[in-house]
Amino acid sequence: MALLQISEPGQTPDPHQRRIAVGIDLGTTHSLVASVRNGVSECLPDSDGRVILPSVVRYLDAERRQIGFEALAAQVDDPRNTISSVKRLMGRGIDDIGSRAQLPYQLNDKPGMVTLQTVAGEKSPVEISAEILATLRFRAEDTFNDDIYGAVITVPAYFDDAQRQATKDAAQLAGLNVLRLISEPTAAAIAYGLDNGSEGVFAIYDLGGGTFDISILRLTQGVFEVVATGGDSALGGDDYDRALVEWILAKAGLAADTLSPTDKAALLRAARSCKEALSNAGLVPFSVQLTKALLNFEMKAEDFETATAHLTQRTLTAVRKALRDTKLDKSEIDGVVLVGGSTRMPQVRKAVASFFGRDPLTNLNPDEVVALGAAISANQLAGNNIGNDLLLLDVIPLSLGIETMGGLVERIVPRNQTIPTAMAQDFTTYQDGQTALALHVVQGERDLVADCRSLARFELRGIPAMVAGAARIRVTFTVDADGLLSVDAKEQVSGVEARIDVKPSYGLSDDEIARMLQDSFSTAQQDMKARALAEAKLDADRMILATQSALAADADLLSPNERAQVDSLIAGLTDTRIHGDAAGIEAATQALAKGTEAFAAERMNRGIQRALAGKNIESV
Amino acid sequence: MNLQSNDFELFGLPVQFAQSRPAIDARWKELQREAHPDKFASQGGAAQRVAMQWSVRINEAYQRLKQPLSRASYVCELHGSPIQAENNTAMPTVFLMQQMEWREALEDAHTLPAMEEIAQTVNKSGRELLSDIELALDMEKNFIAAAQLVRSLMFVERFAREVDVRIDQLAP
Repeated sequence: MALLQISEPGQTPDPHQRRIAVGIDLGTTHSLVASVRNGVSECLPDSDGRVILPSVVRYLDAERRQIGFEALAAQVDDPRNTISSVKRLMGRGIDDIGSRAQLPYQLNDKPGMVTLQTVAGEKSPVEISAEILATLRFRAEDTFNDDIYGAVITVPAYFDDAQRQATKDAAQLAGLNVLRLISEPTAAAIAYGLDNGSEGVFAIYDLGGGTFDISILRLTQGVFEVVATGGDSALGGDDYDRALVEWILAKAGLAADTLSPTDKAALLRAARSCKEALSNAGLVPFSVQLTKALLNFEMKAEDFETATAHLTQRTLTAVRKALRDTKLDKSEIDGVVLVGGSTRMPQVRKAVASFFGRDPLTNLNPDEVVALGAAISANQLAGNNIGNDLLLLDVIPLSLGIETMGGLVERIVPRNQTIPTAMAQDFTTYQDGQTALALHVVQGERDLVADCRSLARFELRGIPAMVAGAARIRVTFTVDADGLLSVDAKEQVSGVEARIDVKPSYGLSDDEIARMLQDSFSTAQQDMKARALAEAKLDADRMILATQSALAADADLLSPNERAQVDSLIAGLTDTRIHGDAAGIEAATQALAKGTEAFAAERMNRGIQRALAGKNIESV
Repeated sequence: MNLQSNDFELFGLPVQFAQSRPAIDARWKELQREAHPDKFASQGGAAQRVAMQWSVRINEAYQRLKQPLSRASYVCELHGSPIQAENNTAMPTVFLMQQMEWREALEDAHTLPAMEEIAQTVNKSGRELLSDIELALDMEKNFIAAAQLVRSLMFVERFAREVDVRIDQLAP
């Protein structure tokens, strides 16, 4: 007798419907895209065989642009229009950006996030990042000669809500379906965990071009539990370059403010290659031609180490803080993993090894490891995984709170809380007859609002007039698995409600995204209508497939009547998908989504009960 | 079982204070394996929303169950003896005297060893309170007395955190 095959929920029933999912490491200095092919995660090369894409975008005029190596080569000649390290500007206001004097760009002070003035007009860091992401998306599409189902984008673990939201916006703008944002150290741990089959508590020390992260993870049977995370989202290899430039300027007796943008760019470039050469030699020649002077001397590794010791110390301070949060001792760490190109610097390796008293793991390429891990995660989230049942339990890196009287912060979600999470706190009015409440959402560890990052402001209006202190306003913070926040406020007596996705004030509003898509770069060649239709069809396919695999697993939860309704919704969508326009297909997809909501809830209940039942059988 | 089940039901554990932390951790991971939104990433918005609700609920229960103090408060609450620390500020005199002694000792402590000694004393007192709480909750079933002990423990833990902050300030 033939046996019918039933697939697990979440797995693709038909192997030919394997979805192409990619992991993207959107880095400060360079970016990579990776994908799992034939069970192996690998970085995808460009047509010249290079996997690394310099995170540099050069605007030539209103229409044309260069991205990657071409742009990098033009950095010295055209510093104002050649944007590098844009990651440091993501979700950042003008006051957040340190050492501005050394940036050769013209920054505009805009609410929430700065913009850059280029020959192509005003560009937001989100748009510039989207150029890089779109380039990687096209590379992946060319490699597979197919559409990309979805992507996992990595962010520094220490990125706050505004920076995460900006990253997600950039991906959306680049036409990517974001499966998840995951933190870079976690991605690195996935790459290492699966390769080395490790179990235990690991410290991931990730020093990239512009950010530093430390994460302490516990690995048990495919579960990656982030126990604590810390770092500095404005500390990286770039700072070592700058420290070296400062050291050189001091040695040469030159002042930074007398240099032209071209000189600044040339110096930075020379400092960077000098730094890289020092990773393999104790003494390297340093030479750069400036407008008014020629600098030429031998650079010693010890001098570089001394000039940057304060930066290395800053990373170790963050490591200590994260360890204290875990209440673990250094000796309880089972392994240390180095990630990020900047960990090639010998002084960094030495400092980490001596701090933990053990040699760190470095067997995977530190430039590629984050993208490789992200690809493994993307493959799993797209439902392609067979066997590797990994689960990421990430935490929120920075506490979230509300401003109270006197400019103080009332913490609602403490840092290092596992996400997704929802936490609530009750507030009340402070004046008789007060009918509105202004809520100011902040993120950070300090007690004063002024020292924290402002995320959003919104108002709860229409509270019935009561005496001061009588109203009960419950404010609920919900943080999703990507680490993104939404806030609800509800007056308990009257039921008056207000809600905000912490997005419009810091990230881009949907309108802005729509506008950017309209006059967009990477999609300019494409017919917008055709694109919308293709995307609607892809969404419809996803929804139909998801529903079918749900039915294959748990159809018995539905009454014949309910089953008939779901079937008719599927049939409706299948038909509209062939004959309808984008709006029609979207509506039918929505209808199927709504119509299966109760079914999804039932399935979840069954899943949980099954999990417990399994455990009970084991323990009997 | 549903989203309204209590934490112990959700985790399949007996309603009592004494629990094994490794068992709670393992159960938490098992539950998240089933309910985490990532498991449903390719199954549309409806499944995602439901998964998110469950996942949030499981994390909430885990937070409460894994910490002895919050677990003790929860057991009291489930047995009709809520802690209500803000309305029950009356503490035994002996306890208050001891608190004052600790605070004075902390003010006078300026070296790391001196502070670590205080930390040890405070932690020992915390452990003693925890075993008293276990006795009151699981053996004597005296939930009123247990709630009083939990309130004492809240004071002790708050003080322990202050000592930690001071130690952090001195540590390199």
